[in-house]
Amino acid sequence: MQGGGGGGSESGSMSTVSRDENMVVSSEDSSCPDESGLELGLGLSLGGGGGGGGRQGGGFKMHHVSKGGPYARILTAKDFPSPSSSSSSSSSSPSLSKASVTAGTKRTAESVAVAANGSSQVVGWPPIRAYRMNSMVNQAKVLTMENRKKETSMVENSTIGGYRNNGNTKMKKSTFVKVNMDGTPIGRKVDLNAHESYEKLAITLEDMFLETAPSVNPSGSTALQLDMLNRMTRRSKLLDGSSDFVLTYEDKEGDWMLVGDVPWEMFLTSVKRLRIMRKSEATGLAPR
Amino acid sequence: MQKKTAYSFPDEILEHVFSFIHSGKDRNAASVVCKSWYEIERWCRRKIFVGNCYAVSPTMVIRRFPDIRSIELKGKPHFADFNLVPDGWGGYVLPWISEMAGAYPWLEEIRLKRMVVTDESLELVAKSFTNLQVLVLFSCEGFSTDGLAAIAASCKNLRELDLRDSEVDDLSGHWLNHFPDTYTSLVSLNISCLGSDDVSFSALERLVGRCPNLRRLLLNREVPLDKIANLLSRAPQLIEFGTGTYAAELRSDVYSNLAEAFCNCKELKCLSGFWDAVPAYLPVIYSVCSRLTSLNLSYAPIQNPDLTKLVSQCPSLQRMLVLDYIEDSGLEVLASSCKDLQELRVFPSDPFGEEPNVSLTEKGLVAVSSGCPKLQSVLYFCRQMSNAALVTIAQNCPNFTRFRLCLLDPKIADYRTLQPLDVGFGAIVEHCKDLRRLSLSGLLTDRVFEYIGMHAKKLEMLSVAFAGESDLALHHVLSGCESLRKLEIMNCPFGDKALLANAAKLETMRSLWMSSCSVSLGACKMLGQKMPRLNIEVMDEKGPPDSRAESDPVDKLYIYRSVAGPRFDMPPFVWTMDEDFASELS
Repeated sequence: MQGGGGGGSESGSMSTVSRDENMVVSSEDSSCPDESGLELGLGLSLGGGGGGGGRQGGGFKMHHVSKGGPYARILTAKDFPSPSSSSSSSSSSPSLSKASVTAGTKRTAESVAVAANGSSQVVGWPPIRAYRMNSMVNQAKVLTMENRKKETSMVENSTIGGYRNNGNTKMKKSTFVKVNMDGTPIGRKVDLNAHESYEKLAITLEDMFLETAPSVNPSGSTALQLDMLNRMTRRSKLLDGSSDFVLTYEDKEGDWMLVGDVPWEMFLTSVKRLRIMRKSEATGLAPR
Repeated sequence: MQKKTAYSFPDEILEHVFSFIHSGKDRNAASVVCKSWYEIERWCRRKIFVGNCYAVSPTMVIRRFPDIRSIELKGKPHFADFNLVPDGWGGYVLPWISEMAGAYPWLEEIRLKRMVVTDESLELVAKSFTNLQVLVLFSCEGFSTDGLAAIAASCKNLRELDLRDSEVDDLSGHWLNHFPDTYTSLVSLNISCLGSDDVSFSALERLVGRCPNLRRLLLNREVPLDKIANLLSRAPQLIEFGTGTYAAELRSDVYSNLAEAFCNCKELKCLSGFWDAVPAYLPVIYSVCSRLTSLNLSYAPIQNPDLTKLVSQCPSLQRMLVLDYIEDSGLEVLASSCKDLQELRVFPSDPFGEEPNVSLTEKGLVAVSSGCPKLQSVLYFCRQMSNAALVTIAQNCPNFTRFRLCLLDPKIADYRTLQPLDVGFGAIVEHCKDLRRLSLSGLLTDRVFEYIGMHAKKLEMLSVAFAGESDLALHHVLSGCESLRKLEIMNCPFGDKALLANAAKLETMRSLWMSSCSVSLGACKMLGQKMPRLNIEVMDEKGPPDSRAESDPVDKLYIYRSVAGPRFDMPPFVWTMDEDFASELS
């Protein structure tokens, strides 16, 4: 390994270290530091047979060409299968085993949460910051409240029109609320709108926080299918009282309540955050 | 003796020369010229930017740079903004603060982005850095107003406190009271993210009143409109102001007080806030409009004609953030009125609605591209696009540095030809030679990535979702984009091949994020084994990767270069693929 641009009287390792450090440390958000002359000479042979499941294509070496030229591309367009006209992912990755392709599709499907109205919503799409989403949600609520309060004010005249088409009911926001569990220092966030009911929510939380009974644990796509089936049919321990923990929430007034007492939609509008509380500590909360 | 070099420039002179070099790139270059330059440079470097807090350890930074006065750190990957990074992933600032507390007692500036900042960290900052002047917590979380109280109480030299977009636990609005009465140095205060109903307004008023150098004040939503006039009258020297909620019953006294207060702010150039804004109170800012260079109405549910009327009064605008209520018609007015416009961001008012609620299409963006010759930076959410429009936009604006287009339906085709949008985005990268940041959306095949690899030579950050058909796409980007630093990909059919073939490229980038793609566990392990200077992090909330087959795709993958080695503060659902991991299981 040789630091071409450095040279000088210092040892090779010094310039390499400082060059490496220079890459990650800089005084401003600038683009890549000067790379010319750096030759990694990896000569790696990645993706050869053996090891990983069913990967073909022979070994492809990589060299990092020096003197600022483009990185050597041992693989060219010819090495890749020509993209098919259909956009199915399975045909373009012949080297992956079928199971993993199916799993891949499943995996993508799983990142699609089912929203309250049944339509699919993908986590992370559209790319709007949570901060902005929450502001918009609160906005819709404030205006709806304003609409109810005022009879004939300018506020109403100018805003009701705007929200006529996308009133509160259609606002399928992504409400992430914090969840903490007694005894666990790290909290999590859960998207309430991705669940249609208390049962579904509780099951998600159980998966996140509590140990679920170890299943047979087959690998591959069947595991994922079983998983989904399991989640759909399982009863929640948090809700039926058989766990050591109960699910509670803090509402807009700052009071802590047991989850499950009010209709789901009402819960959605008043919940601020969730807490998985030890049963012993949950005395004094409104009984179910 | 001839051997002894006559080159014995005194260190002090070199140090003086270096003091004029501010750019990190230049300093880095100087530091590798020779050993003495390395030594001199490291002693006199004052400002450090660490784009990934896990790329280097605080110990290493401190060892090399003994006297830093200003540090900027970034933690979580960008997609954390969209809830793609599970809570607890990492990005803790405490280890940095703890070590810097001893090493940099003269630290003046701390800027953090997407990091977990606890009250403990803030208390340590307050205690350790008596000379702290700037504290910026951009999109951070994990702290409460208690931590802020500690800062307010101790940091006598604080000039700038900016909590931009952070998530703060509001325990008490009285943290503002902790600024002592003798404290008068505030220049910039951004508390727009605070939600508490009782940000003590009287404390805020007194604070504003006694800080004559206050130039930037961004309030939180809870500050009612009728209190603004009073506040502004105490700070007529403000350059940038963010209102709180901008809705109230129309009252003539409130109205006229506001109008007068704004009128007296002769230096006001930037306005924001406007939550829940009602048209009735918009005219109070008319006196300021002609001077405005930056206007953020992206939280204001104002619609046309009020919205367009307001915009038409701001000919000096350089930066405009707005909701899609502006519609194509409003953007046409913007295009004809605001010839200095450099940055435009249009956000969706109803992102999840199935039907468009406003008439905002590609035409608005075309109009602005045509009318505003200085346009450089665009973030545009809309529901339809055509290749023709994108080509026109590209030809109109060859100076684009940032272009982010978000079509709400992520795989939508050109609405006129039903073709993929490859050609349109291709035109963007071909014409805009200085493009540094690009976000794609819409129906896209491998083609667009071929164009990107071919043309986008200055591209530093690329965001991709639901695009491409095969590994070839990823290969084009990794092999062609010479300046690429950050690549983030979600829900694309990219697997192992491109990644493995371009593994060396990853060491030249800050980071790569891939979620809901088809990269197999086996490939991750292989990368982890072969590339010791990369951290390969696999995130899977369902269970440890070893319970799955090698060919199973990983849920989330985050790869970043690091000289610090693997980290040890990972939560249970994140695994680092390194030599140890691979060998344990084989």
